[in-house]
Amino acid sequence: MENNISFRNFKNYFFKAIILLLTAVSVVPLMLILYYIVRQGISAINWDFFVNLPKPVGEIGGGIFNAIIGSIIIIFLASLIAIPIGVSIGIYLSENSKSRISYFSRLSVDVLQGIPSIVLGIIIYLWFVKPFGGFSAISGSIALSLIMLPSIIKSTEETLKLIPNSLKEASLALGVPFYKTILRVIIPAGFSGILSGIILGIARISGETAPLLFTSFGNPFTSYNVLKPMSSIPLIIFNYATSPYEDWHRLAWGASFILIIFILFLNILTKLTEKKWKVQF
Amino acid sequence: MESSVLKSENFNAWFGSAQVLKDVSIEITRNQVTAVMGPSGCGKTTFIRCINRMHELTHDASVSGKILFDDTDVYKISPILLRRKIGMVFQQPNPFPTMSIYQNIIAGYTLNGISLTKIQKDDVVEQSLVKTSLWDEVKDNLHKKGTFLSGGQQQRLCIARSIAMKPEILLLDEPTSALDPISTSKIEELLYELKKQYTIIIVTHNMQQAGRISDKTAFFYIGELIEYGKTKDIFTNPKHERTQNYITGRFG
Repeated sequence: MENNISFRNFKNYFFKAIILLLTAVSVVPLMLILYYIVRQGISAINWDFFVNLPKPVGEIGGGIFNAIIGSIIIIFLASLIAIPIGVSIGIYLSENSKSRISYFSRLSVDVLQGIPSIVLGIIIYLWFVKPFGGFSAISGSIALSLIMLPSIIKSTEETLKLIPNSLKEASLALGVPFYKTILRVIIPAGFSGILSGIILGIARISGETAPLLFTSFGNPFTSYNVLKPMSSIPLIIFNYATSPYEDWHRLAWGASFILIIFILFLNILTKLTEKKWKVQF
Repeated sequence: MESSVLKSENFNAWFGSAQVLKDVSIEITRNQVTAVMGPSGCGKTTFIRCINRMHELTHDASVSGKILFDDTDVYKISPILLRRKIGMVFQQPNPFPTMSIYQNIIAGYTLNGISLTKIQKDDVVEQSLVKTSLWDEVKDNLHKKGTFLSGGQQQRLCIARSIAMKPEILLLDEPTSALDPISTSKIEELLYELKKQYTIIIVTHNMQQAGRISDKTAFFYIGELIEYGKTKDIFTNPKHERTQNYITGRFG
């Protein structure tokens, strides 16, 4: 009997040790990747890196100013397209969860989420780039907004579904019209969830490269014209890392480092948002 | 002099194909407390939700017959205007979680885009809180969130929010069922004061409560209005067997 119990205890400890070990293992690759990128990238980071354009092959130095500006513009435009559409769809789905349209909309969102981003890039190339006669930042933003949409729609729908119905009734019973109830009572109550969905969406698209290859294409100079090709950080990483020049590799590592820091920052921001605007019902 | 403020005539209501109210005709007296009671599923909540048309939020709800509010058919005017004149308080306290106590009280104005001066706002907030005897408890914390109050205080805040709109009728859907006895008795005292200015219709499960606070009582059973009259008469001398059985606790 006693033996039996000690054997059981042993099995218990063994199991606990295994899951702890495997959890620790999952952290290892991330830490290695971070370590490697920081080690390679940190040496490229200096003031010039942020304010200068890339130098021609053979010259040492230069920066990725054009790519940073390009990324900011392309991501900003993509958010401008995806946020209003995504939040509206999310509101519709949470309000009419059982309608036929909701069923097909949800199905489409799931499928959209599963479409490889390179395919979306090709589609946008065929629909926007070719008809309008050339690569442009705006077509890149459209491709990225399609990638961002599912995350915004799902987080909005899930957040709004968790808001008690009694809150909506309280507002309607005061004679507040439906649209104002949604905009002034329901959305503010679910603000943190919607915002964190948006931020995660931005984190998701900021590293997307494939769809930008066919759309915003890249540009060795700083461009502010959204109808013309524009550079961006993932594009510059792709182009420089595949080049044969040592100094360009260095810039690619630096750009990767910046990108990783940015995404890390967005993830932390999501957690803070959830805390700061948490609503107690 | 008793005058009626609300009248229903042969009123029926359905959810899908299930009829939940059958041929209800009732006349509600101004400045009195009318208790609506009956066993679960008898349609009492549906009845008061039909008065301010909140039942329409259920998508397959339909009605026939008339409800007249000051001789106007409530189904012929905009529900938005109707609900500003007929306030409602729910079973669970539901203050707006993103708003302060102050903002909660004037929410009916701000959300409806009715602009008030600072003095008018202060006035509405103070009066509504005084009427719900909440003023002394919260006057130093007006700009704190309403959700930090206790359940009973939250419910009084919700009543204050409703009366801030100066409604004629106040509908209460089991307002004390989620509260402790002390909070309950505070709300009951409050209703006694409020009926001087408003007509109150209260749904309650609790017979003692109906007996304590109401002037008239309506007894519903499976969607029908079985008996309606002075509370004293209903409790001491019910005319219908079902009413008597319910009151004496034989079912319910």
